Amino acid sequence: MAEEPTQGERELSTLLPPKDRWWERLGPDERRWLTIAFVWCLVLFSGMYVWLAVGDQQTPVESYRIDPFVFQQEVDAFVEEHQVDEIQGAAVVEPPPGSEVYLHANQFAFRPVLKLQKDETYRLLVSSTDVQHGLSLQPTNLNFQVLPGYLYVIEITPDEVGEFPIICNEFCGLGHHVMTGLIVVD
Amino acid sequence: MAAPATPAPSRVCNVTGFTIERNGQRLALANGVVAIALLAFGGFQAILIALERQGLAISADWWYRLIASHGTTMLLFWLLFFEVAALYWGSTMLLNARMVAPRLAWANFVMMTAGVLAAQWAMLSGNATVMFTAYPPLEGHPIYYAGVLLFAVGVLIACIHFFANVVVAKRERTYEGSLPLVVYGLAAAAIIALYALGTGAVAYGMLFLNSIGLLETVDPATYRLFFWGIGHGAQQVNLAAMVAVWYALIALTVGGRPVNEGLSRVAFLLYIAFIHLGAVPHLLVDPGLGTSHRIMNTSYMLYLAVLASLIHAFSLPASIEVAQRERGFTKGMFQWLKKGPWREPGFSSLVLSIVVFGFFAGVTGVLMGTMQLNMLVHNTLFVPGHFHSTVVSGTTLAFMGISYYLVPILSQRRLVAPKMARWQPYVFAAGVFTFTVAMMFAGQLGVPRRVPELGYEAAPLGLDQFVTGPVPLIMLVVTLGGVVAIVGGIMYVYIMVMTLLKGERTETPDDGLRIAFGPAARMRAPAGEGAVETAAPTATVTADGGEQEHEHITGLKGRWRRWTRFEAPGTYLLVLIFLAWFVVFYVIAHVNLSQSWPVG
Ligand code: HEM
Ligand SMILES: [Cu+2]
Ligand SMILES: [Cu+2]
Repeated sequence: MAEEPTQGERELSTLLPPKDRWWERLGPDERRWLTIAFVWCLVLFSGMYVWLAVGDQQTPVESYRIDPFVFQQEVDAFVEEHQVDEIQGAAVVEPPPGSEVYLHANQFAFRPVLKLQKDETYRLLVSSTDVQHGLSLQPTNLNFQVLPGYLYVIEITPDEVGEFPIICNEFCGLGHHVMTGLIVVD
Repeated sequence: MAAPATPAPSRVCNVTGFTIERNGQRLALANGVVAIALLAFGGFQAILIALERQGLAISADWWYRLIASHGTTMLLFWLLFFEVAALYWGSTMLLNARMVAPRLAWANFVMMTAGVLAAQWAMLSGNATVMFTAYPPLEGHPIYYAGVLLFAVGVLIACIHFFANVVVAKRERTYEGSLPLVVYGLAAAAIIALYALGTGAVAYGMLFLNSIGLLETVDPATYRLFFWGIGHGAQQVNLAAMVAVWYALIALTVGGRPVNEGLSRVAFLLYIAFIHLGAVPHLLVDPGLGTSHRIMNTSYMLYLAVLASLIHAFSLPASIEVAQRERGFTKGMFQWLKKGPWREPGFSSLVLSIVVFGFFAGVTGVLMGTMQLNMLVHNTLFVPGHFHSTVVSGTTLAFMGISYYLVPILSQRRLVAPKMARWQPYVFAAGVFTFTVAMMFAGQLGVPRRVPELGYEAAPLGLDQFVTGPVPLIMLVVTLGGVVAIVGGIMYVYIMVMTLLKGERTETPDDGLRIAFGPAARMRAPAGEGAVETAAPTATVTADGGEQEHEHITGLKGRWRRWTRFEAPGTYLLVLIFLAWFVVFYVIAHVNLSQSWPVG
């Protein structure tokens, strides 16, 4: 059985207390790497601000509290005013270019179906009247969280023509995997 | 040494020379065993989850129940139970110290286990299919919230017990000076855990009060902020604990220590200082937060917590390299790596988990946490891809690696099936690696997380992009990788269970393992079989000796010499490759972003 070595003759190990103070002067290897790593961290950090200045794709930050009941009424009024068609039982609306557009997430559908025009900017007003949902716009793959009681304003500018399905990617109940919606751009 | 009132019997470990107190040993083992049982349970669920993605097995209802339980079992129960075991081990054995309040620790153990069972009942009976995130207003049974709360409070108490052990050890002078680096890292994990579990208790507490009718509503945005205090905070506990375990594995497998231990400690301090900002990466596409708030928090304040990880990214491989070079493997850039003890399960799991964690988990984590890039991946299968590479091929693999030492040493039993143990880390890592990367690809193509099947073509306003195109093939790879990972998991559980039940009792539990650390190990080192391999003694480069040699050469020449001399040249090359990889992905991600619809 080994004798417990005394402090003085102890080897240095990650499993044993360090000798004396634990701080040691940085060697050149560490100093170099630390500099490189810190510069990279600053690049990552300022990258977000740079993209704010130069990028076209920004995280939406405009949002309001809204009573789910009020939201429901506003959605109904919006659909009534702009409905142009119906597919598979879902109202299709064609709001004027550049306008405010409601999108209602509810177990288990995103409604109404939106008809938008290419290269026009719309203000999507998104909320839920029951539980949380995930708005996932396919296939361009933009994703947002939808909370009941909060109105999230997402400005989008469709830049291609076609049909763009929406799926729900936040678990919202047993119908989560069939929750869809649709945006048509022409 | 001031003897405790009724000293628990202790023994000196033949392998490491540490004094092992009976209470600490039993408590660490008990918590570890429950952890491994939970891993086995969650792994069993993973089989069904992975197969259902191929349209086999089960109904959607059951799939959701299983994934709720798999997530909670794995992310909270398995990892935190193992961490409690590690905290008890670190604060007793590594300090030659004792459990301060063993009875309390046992009561706590029972409470945590009861919490786990209660939560499992609620989830599996379909009474709490809310996922581990439990976002309100989805509602679960009060028992679910109560169970998770009991568990979380239990972990909190265990952390406090850890600190008590350390303080008493210091007072009883069972160790001298500062804490060993590994215990220091565990202390960092425990401090972060205080914060994480505190916010978690608030989050689940609100839901519990709501579920029994004492609180009328829970604001979903407020809940999300508190929840991610534990949801992400617990990941930082895992991170700090994993790094501590990595340092322990380096000592055990190659006898290494950081070239500059102080720097590694500072990195742990940076974790403690900044990592709690990490709730916000999960809220980057939520309503309710401003731009600067998002940027400051998601970057952990100028990425200072990432800087800490980059420090470890250098320090860990450098420790291995310097130790191997001291052992005589000095040829070229990478002889030290080639001649590593690759047949030793601790070493292979160490290196595999460092590499996968760094190159995949860390990089994808930072990219997902970049404010604007988050829009591209939020809630897609990319997210499970990312976190399976962090907590599975990173933390879980590291924990598996260290249990090959802790379980024999603490139970004094010989590891059964060492040949299988040799293969296990490779099988597990290969499987996890395959399915995480496949998940990331699928997420890039828009595949959502938490869905049992991709049969959207049957839904009203359905879509078929997941049944045509490459997605079905990618999902097949997810399943196949998952099956391989599960095989690796079964191997691990088998070895652990058999060792504990059937392993031969022995005074020298390192037989069959090659442990590079400890007075006993050093004494035995030259004796053939069990000894750690060394090359023929050549000129060795020591950590600080080399530098002093050049210190007196001044002027340009000396400067040049100092700048072209590396203590760990192989590691330097590796971290530069890593950085290049990081930069490439950063650029690719922004190119992807720029191709999306303009949005803001
Ligand atoms: C061993 C093999 C494993 C396999 C094959 C596996 C497979 C899976 C799959 C297919 C999902 C569903 C992804 C989705 O659709 O959202 C999942 C979710 C998850 N897994 Fe695993 N997993 C394994 C091990 C682990 C381990 C060891 C951990 C933690 C340490 C873990 C933590 C999680 C978590 C937290 C979730 C998310 C649950 C949720 O979304 O609520 N898994 N896993
Ligand atoms: Cu939904
Ligand atoms: Cu959903």
